[in-house]
Amino acid sequence: MTVQPNTPATTALPRRRMNAQVAQNVFWKAVAFALLAAISAAVLFPALWMLSTALKADTQVYANPPIWIPDPLRFDNFAKAWSLAPFTRYAFNTALYAIAVVFGTVLSSSLAAYGFAKLRFPGRDVLFAVLLSTMMIPGMVTLIPQYILFSKLHWVGTYLPLVVPSFFAGAFFTFLLRQFFMGIPNEYSEAARVDGASDFWIWSRVILPLSKPALATVAIFTFEGAWDSYVGPLLYLNDEKLYTLQVGLQFFRTATAVQWQYLMAAALLVMLPVIVLFFTFQKYFVEGASVSGGVKG
Amino acid sequence: MARMSLARRKEALTGYLFIAPWLIGFLVFVAGPMLWSLYASFTNYDVTSTARWVGWDNYRRLFFDDDLFWISLYNTGFYVLFAVPLSVLTGVLIAVLLNQQIPGQRIFRTIFFLPKVLTGVAVLLLWLWVFNPDFGPINVFLRAIGVSTPPLWFADPTWAKPALIIMSMWGAAGGYIIYLAGLQGIPRHLYEAAMLDGASPVRQFWAITVPMMSPTIFFKLVTGIAAAFQFWETSLIVSEGGKGGPSYSTLFYGLYMWQKAFGEYQMGYASAMAWVLLIITLLLTGLQFWVSRRWVYYEGEAR
Repeated sequence: MTVQPNTPATTALPRRRMNAQVAQNVFWKAVAFALLAAISAAVLFPALWMLSTALKADTQVYANPPIWIPDPLRFDNFAKAWSLAPFTRYAFNTALYAIAVVFGTVLSSSLAAYGFAKLRFPGRDVLFAVLLSTMMIPGMVTLIPQYILFSKLHWVGTYLPLVVPSFFAGAFFTFLLRQFFMGIPNEYSEAARVDGASDFWIWSRVILPLSKPALATVAIFTFEGAWDSYVGPLLYLNDEKLYTLQVGLQFFRTATAVQWQYLMAAALLVMLPVIVLFFTFQKYFVEGASVSGGVKG
Repeated sequence: MARMSLARRKEALTGYLFIAPWLIGFLVFVAGPMLWSLYASFTNYDVTSTARWVGWDNYRRLFFDDDLFWISLYNTGFYVLFAVPLSVLTGVLIAVLLNQQIPGQRIFRTIFFLPKVLTGVAVLLLWLWVFNPDFGPINVFLRAIGVSTPPLWFADPTWAKPALIIMSMWGAAGGYIIYLAGLQGIPRHLYEAAMLDGASPVRQFWAITVPMMSPTIFFKLVTGIAAAFQFWETSLIVSEGGKGGPSYSTLFYGLYMWQKAFGEYQMGYASAMAWVLLIITLLLTGLQFWVSRRWVYYEGEAR
C-alpha cells in the first residue's frame, strides 16, 4: 500500500490491523520492561553486595551460600573500619584538595571561555582549534614530563602538582562553558558595555550569574574527578599524612590482612559524598554527561 | 595585518588576557612537556644523571628486544577490541529500551546512571570482592549451577581480561545518556511511516535508528577507543601491586609504561612508549574518520 503522509493513521488502516498493532506494541513493551529489569538487577547487584558485606559479622562474610541480609546488622563496622586507618585525616585532605581544584577549574575555565566566546582577537579560531585538538592527546604523553617539571620545582611531596594545573583552564571544561556562553545573547553585555562596564565586570556580573547551571555542571564533575583521582595523588604524595582517601583506601587494603566487611564499609564511606552529591544534583549530572559523552568513557 | 582601531586593539588585548590561563597552561603543561618528551624519547634519561642522546635506540629496543612491550600492546588491543564495542552496545541497548513509554522509567534512568557515579578505588575493591574466586557471588552462583571449577578471574591469565571487560560494560551502562539524547532527536514521522509499511521493530531499528544514531555512535567509538588505549589504572589496583597480573595477562600498555617510568626511572624509554601510543592513537583516529565516510550518516547531507 502507498503511504499518504497527510492521512491520519486511524482512518487509513483497517480496524483488525490496528488491533494487531496494539497487541504487537504491548508485546514489545513487555519485552523491553523485562530486559530493563534484568539489566537493572545486574547494575545494582555489585552495589547491593557491597552494602550487604559492609553490614556483616566476620562469621557471615564467608558463608556459603552467601547471606544477602545479614543478621545481626553490624552498623558498628563503619566506625571500626574508619578507625583502622587515619581516614579522618585523609577525608580532610581530600576535601581541601577537591575544593581547591573546583575553584581553580571554574575560575580559569570560565575566564578562558569568555575570551573565546565573547571577544574578538587575531588567531582566536586557530587557538580554539588547538584547544579542541589537545583533547585527543593521551594523558600519558604529558605524565612523565610533568612529573620531571614538578620534581625540578621541588613540588613532589606537596599538593601543588595536583592543584596548580587546575588554575590553568582544562580544554574540555573551557569548551563546555564556551558553548554555553555562546548561547547568551550579546544584548546583555552590550547594554552593560554602553554603560561603561569593563569585560571583567560583564564576565563576573552578567555572564557568570546567567550560567549557573553550566558552572554547576563543571563544578560537580571536577569535584567528582578530584575526589576519585588515584594516580596523581599516588605519584605526588609520598608522605602518609598527605594521603587522600583513594590512596589511603588502597594502602588500607594491602597493609592489613583483608577483612572484607571493613574494606567494604570503608569503601562505602569513601563513596558517600559523591553519592549524596549525585542525588542532590542529579539534573546537572545527567546534563553534564549527555554533553560530555565520551569523555568519561 | 590591517591597522586596528583603538577599540579593536583594546578588545584583542582583553581577549588575550581572558584566555591567558588556558594559553599559559597549554604551553607549560601540554606543549612544552610534549616537546620535552619527544626529545627525552631519544635519550636514556633517568632523572638523576644528565640525559645522554641515544638516537633511535629506545624505539629499536621497544620493537625488537622487548617482549613485554608486545605483550602489553596485545593486552591493550584485546581490551580495546572487546570493551569498546560491547560498551557501545550496552549503552545503545539501554537507551533504545528506555526510549519506549514504559512504567518506572525514572527509576530505571537513575539506576543505570549509578555506574557513572560509583567510581574510584572503592568500586575496584568491590569488584575484587565480587570476583573473589572462593567467596565472590559470581563463583558461588557458577558452582551452584554445576560449574565445578569456576574461573579464578583476576588470578587466572585466561579470565583476568574478560573480568575487566565485564567491569567496563557495567561502567558503560551510564553512557546510555548520550544515546538517549540522540534517539530523542530522531523525527517520529520516520517510524510512523515505517510502521504503516509494516516494518517490524527490528527492521525499524536497523533502517532508521542505527543510521540516525551513527554520528553519536561514531563519536563514542573515536573517543572510546582513544580512552581504552589508555586503560591501565584499574589494572594497577586489581593486579596485586601493579605487576600486571598472572603471566602478564593484565599488563596493559599504560601499566608497563608506568613501571618503566616510575618503577625503574627509565624516563627516556617510557617517553618513547608514550610517543608510540600517541602515533597509534592518531593513526586509529584518522583511520576511523576515513572509514566513517562509508557508514556515518549526517542529516542535511545529500547522498
